[in-house]
Amino acid sequence: MGPKTNLSRLLLSSRAKRGICSFPPSKETSDSSSRTLLGITRTFFLRRSAQLILLTIAVFALLGAGDESARVNDLGHRMMCVCGCNQILLECNHVGCAYSDRMRAELVAAVDRGDNDDLTLQGFVQKYGTTVMAAPTKTGFNRVAWIMPYLVLVLGLATVTLIVRAWRSRPLVLPDDSVAAIHGADLEYFRDRARKDTEI
Amino acid sequence: MSQIGSFALLLALALCAYSFLAGILGLVIKGPGAGRLGETARRAGIASFAIVFLAAVVLVVAAFQNDFSIAYIFHHSNRDLPAPYKFATLWSGQEGSLLFWALLLSAYGLVLRLRYKTDVRLFAHASVIIAAVQVFFLLLLNFAANPFGVMQGSLPADGNGLNPLLQYPEMVIHPPMLYLGYVGFTVPFAFALAALIMRYPGEKWIQITRRWTMVTWGFLTCGVFLGAHWAYSVLGWGGYWGWDPVENASLMPWLTGTAFLHSVMMQEKRGMLKTWNMWLIFSTFMLSIFGTFLTRSGVVSSVHAFAQSSIGDWFVAFLGIIFVTCLFFYIKNRSHLRTEHKLESLISRESSFLFNNLLLLVACFTVLWGTLFPVLSEWVQGTKVTVGPPFFNRVNVPVALLLLLLTAIGPLLAWRRTSIDSLKRNFMWPAIGALVAGVLLVALGMKPWTDISYFYSLMTIMLSVLVALTVISEFVRGGRVIGRHTGQNLLASMVQLAHRNTRRYGGYIVHFGVIVIMIGFAGSVFNQDKEQEMGFGDKLTIGSYTLVCQSYTQDDNPNYGSEWAVMNVFKGGKQIATLNPERRFYKASQQTSTMVANRSTPQEDLYVVYEGQNPDTGKPIIKVHLNPLVMWIWVGVWIMIVGTLVALIPNSVPVRVAAPARMRVEPVGAGD
Repeated sequence: MGPKTNLSRLLLSSRAKRGICSFPPSKETSDSSSRTLLGITRTFFLRRSAQLILLTIAVFALLGAGDESARVNDLGHRMMCVCGCNQILLECNHVGCAYSDRMRAELVAAVDRGDNDDLTLQGFVQKYGTTVMAAPTKTGFNRVAWIMPYLVLVLGLATVTLIVRAWRSRPLVLPDDSVAAIHGADLEYFRDRARKDTEI
Repeated sequence: MSQIGSFALLLALALCAYSFLAGILGLVIKGPGAGRLGETARRAGIASFAIVFLAAVVLVVAAFQNDFSIAYIFHHSNRDLPAPYKFATLWSGQEGSLLFWALLLSAYGLVLRLRYKTDVRLFAHASVIIAAVQVFFLLLLNFAANPFGVMQGSLPADGNGLNPLLQYPEMVIHPPMLYLGYVGFTVPFAFALAALIMRYPGEKWIQITRRWTMVTWGFLTCGVFLGAHWAYSVLGWGGYWGWDPVENASLMPWLTGTAFLHSVMMQEKRGMLKTWNMWLIFSTFMLSIFGTFLTRSGVVSSVHAFAQSSIGDWFVAFLGIIFVTCLFFYIKNRSHLRTEHKLESLISRESSFLFNNLLLLVACFTVLWGTLFPVLSEWVQGTKVTVGPPFFNRVNVPVALLLLLLTAIGPLLAWRRTSIDSLKRNFMWPAIGALVAGVLLVALGMKPWTDISYFYSLMTIMLSVLVALTVISEFVRGGRVIGRHTGQNLLASMVQLAHRNTRRYGGYIVHFGVIVIMIGFAGSVFNQDKEQEMGFGDKLTIGSYTLVCQSYTQDDNPNYGSEWAVMNVFKGGKQIATLNPERRFYKASQQTSTMVANRSTPQEDLYVVYEGQNPDTGKPIIKVHLNPLVMWIWVGVWIMIVGTLVALIPNSVPVRVAAPARMRVEPVGAGD
């Protein structure tokens, strides 16, 4: 058994100590849950799911982290030029603009100093006011700006679902001059025929 | 001149007021005189077009004659303004654009009043409603924003000139298109409200309304994208859509109009969503008015708000009146809007339209919310915040992706219900195609895990491929069936197929245009730019291009002075183009403007901006953007226009449902 195998065993052992289950699940873990599917316990499944979610969050949280020019680019696109042109700071193209050149220089200086994103943005807000931010912050009342669209989407989905349920449960009212309702195979036959007839 | 114009506006107001009041009386009173009174109202409405047209002609003539005694001409024109822009003076300022609105409204009213024999009573109701809207705009023109106001004091020698940003060829057609779209929604609104007021029996009104909406929607689409192209070509920041409040104002009625064009099919085919459709068209019209309010009131700051004043109060009052009127008649006659059928399955064309409407409405709400949030924030917190592109992109891109997914699935669903097997069968190959496209893009170097925008871009392209393949498969399947019966080749069969059901296949062409546009949008993730001071012989390299400054110089004409550079463009060591980015200084208005030099190819745009001269060195500062796939946006718009035109062509063979004589079966899948 080489050193690599020993390391693997050590890792597995430490994972087991921390309660992270290896595959296949150990007997103890299996015993802790009475419900298993294909040998995977619910506890094991939940833990793995949680790990996966954490890993995904970590990956997305780290997205965009890069070198200084990328940071300048990112931060510069999160702020507006305050000269009144209504343009993103890095997209203001007014030669001799009284603000954008100075603001860009300040941004580069802040990144060079090693200020983190929050500190840099906070410095700009203090100097130029809240309107310098190209989007509302996620604090205080400004959170409402971000929440509302998703809330409306969720409420809309709920409403559509309720409408669909109500419609599906509503009895079909046939006009007085209608003939008897058609059911089963007859109905499917006519449906298919109508569909084919109107396909093109 | 100003007296003729002012008198014409006053006369037009009187005519429209008469058309409105006499029209109401003609509809309300009973007796032999009612018909004649209604006819006089119709004729007064027709005459109002001639009079408003006269007023518009007077303003344009005044611009050409440099009649600076009229304040509007003094503020928006000058002697050396080229002729096309003198014509465009009509819609270059607030008063003129309101007159232009009134002119287009009276033109739409003219068409409607001339076609009254289609359904005399319905058209009479619609005519009254249009007359009411005309009265509002003519009241504004006569009492709040008169374009024929005269200058006080001595007559100026020259005018202030037209805003330089508006001195661009597209500005001669962008506002008319946009206004044709905005104003045009008055007609479907008038028909919808008329049908509600008179409890119109049958569905004829919805067919008329749908056709008008399609025409109007086509104009608005052209207007919105011409605006985007203008912004791309003139503003010089390298983009075409900045989520500016005025851009948003044009997008909102477009979104609700699009929702209406989809959900109206449920009403036509299945007698469902009647209340929803009614309020969708009401909302679309109100959003058109709201857009004008946003542009004119100054309630939100915008780079496009060329004219601002206090007429916002008029629009708020008008919007209030419209809403109360709609609500009153809805409450009074809502029993008329009862749905006739029930939804049978979640996997059906009906439910796809429901979700499509939901997403379009959420997108519209998001745009409205983001546009108005700065005002709300100031009201609640006492501080204004900016709601710019980062907010809109973050919230709207996922919604747009869901819409694309529905665009792919929707056409594969039948009315009433679709079997899972049928859906799988039709969806499998397009889905495989989309996955292959995704894998290919990743293999070619796209890394969606490095940045969320790359992920969105990849998803956009994959979903676009999915939509394209479903559209193509629909055409090919239908074409093959026709080909089997007629012996024609596939292309001829597909043309015949489209002609048999123009609305359905025109709609698919529009969908195809949309995905071409989306692919163009997806390219923006890979935009690059570089800025450099460039003297003689200096080089700038971006992507596979090298730009060499051959020379830079200045020019002068009566309208403007200009600075421009001659840039030779090399690719792979060979010279492929010479570009002349320019910066102009307009003398009359004392403002500068950018003339972008753009070399557009299907692969990418090489977009060169002359930003100005370094005062110390005298050398030009050149900014170069490399914007991939932008050309596809404009190609997609053309495809959308073609699709809309196809959808407006009458079917060659009416689609009929064959049903046995002893039973009555509802049509279930007439397409669309």
